Amino acid sequence: MPTTTASLNINGADYALPLDPRVSLLDFLREHVNLLGAKKGCNQGACGACTVLVDGERILSCLALAVQYEGRAITSIEGLANDGELHPLQQSFIDHDGFQCGYCTPGQICSAIGMAAELRRGVPSYVTADVADSAIALSHDELRERMSGNLCRCGAYNGIVAAIAEQHAKEAP
Amino acid sequence: MTPFTFARASDVADAVRLGGQPQARYLGGGTNLVDLMRESVEQPASLVDVTGLSTDIEVRSDGSVLIGAGVKNTALAAHPVVRERFPFLSRAIVAGASGQIRNMATVGGNILQRTRCTYFYDAEGSRCNKRTPGKGCDAIDGFNRMHAVLGTSPACIATHPSDMCVALVACDAIVHLQGANGARSMPLTGLHRLPEDHPEWETMLAPGELITAVELPPLALARVSSYRKVRDRSSYAFALVSVAAALDVQDGVIRDVRLALGGVGTKPWRAWQAESVLRGQPAGEDIFRAAAAAELAAAEPLRDNGFKIALVQRAIVAVLAELTGRAA
Repeated sequence: MPTTTASLNINGADYALPLDPRVSLLDFLREHVNLLGAKKGCNQGACGACTVLVDGERILSCLALAVQYEGRAITSIEGLANDGELHPLQQSFIDHDGFQCGYCTPGQICSAIGMAAELRRGVPSYVTADVADSAIALSHDELRERMSGNLCRCGAYNGIVAAIAEQHAKEAP
Repeated sequence: MTPFTFARASDVADAVRLGGQPQARYLGGGTNLVDLMRESVEQPASLVDVTGLSTDIEVRSDGSVLIGAGVKNTALAAHPVVRERFPFLSRAIVAGASGQIRNMATVGGNILQRTRCTYFYDAEGSRCNKRTPGKGCDAIDGFNRMHAVLGTSPACIATHPSDMCVALVACDAIVHLQGANGARSMPLTGLHRLPEDHPEWETMLAPGELITAVELPPLALARVSSYRKVRDRSSYAFALVSVAAALDVQDGVIRDVRLALGGVGTKPWRAWQAESVLRGQPAGEDIFRAAAAAELAAAEPLRDNGFKIALVQRAIVAVLAELTGRAA
């Protein structure tokens, strides 16, 4: 497919945007850049398997038109490891059996990283008792509520929650 | 998906010029519009990206707050002034969708999102007066458990799906608009239309008119406010019913109140009748029940959604009781 000179940055490398504005960010990652980590589960914003980070914020790449993200920095699951060493949350998912088939895992991990940044910024959730609180602890209920946009059809939720909770505790100041 | 052209608006004037073209649609986060385009429910010839316009939240000296239409849902819910002075707005926003979607969705797009009526979405298999005017409505005699009981018509029973809008109509929010013929503003309660004979006419916006900002008037009683949402699962689902309320109780008497409902109306439902029953009365469950009953007196249940009438009345009483307890 022909491309324009406009680009977006994926895991540190620049890629020319597709000329056809119908291409979703998810299809761009998978079909144009050959990054197969982000998954096309539902393709309608219901499952979270396509979650990636844009300038550090988690979004659903299936509902994103690639052209809308010109000039933005995209991080997919493939961009998290550092010099061949897994991101600590990736290791934590392995340690806690945070998956069975693994299909939802890249989205779960990207989502959890974005979620942790939201918590640090003081973004409240529906289970936050007082939304005006400036410091919100990541309780079991907070974690589950904040991760509710990521489904796991294997039902590996206990391991997913344990992995995220452990990593959060390690990062706590 | 039908082919379309894409342009990023450089400023409001550019947006309105591009948005005035035939079959053009403004694009916010795309969380609803892109999905509808994939389902062929929406088939715009061009998309005008307005996410780069008006992304500021301005807190003015008189206590009002001006929210750019391009502000992301997460940013509005997390703003310190909103959390402190309009907690029900913050809660309503985080009651909706998921973290990922709230990071994408804009305030303007949230207001203009379309119904999630499954018959509206089913372009291939169902009749829908919103999609094809005059064709008929398959929801009225169909599976209508999620549908509206207030503001319905023989042509349409679809709910407005927003949580944010329920709190905004309770806030007396004002929408600022820009069209080819200039700028104007109106109360958000007047933006969405009842379906009546023309459910395809969803708002009072003129063709090509753009929402540029939403204004929260200084509303002191909103400091004591809440939003409660009842749904089939505890998170990431549309409302069966929801309640946004702000309450000012002094010496046991209701001095002022704002009440709005979600999941039950064909538009974000300001409960004017309930408010008028409550004002000036001693706060207590009896008057809360009477107010809820007055608001739902006109409700018209269908085969599957009659449960919403009792459910929303109980939710109204519970939220008002909670706020009374906090004010005491």
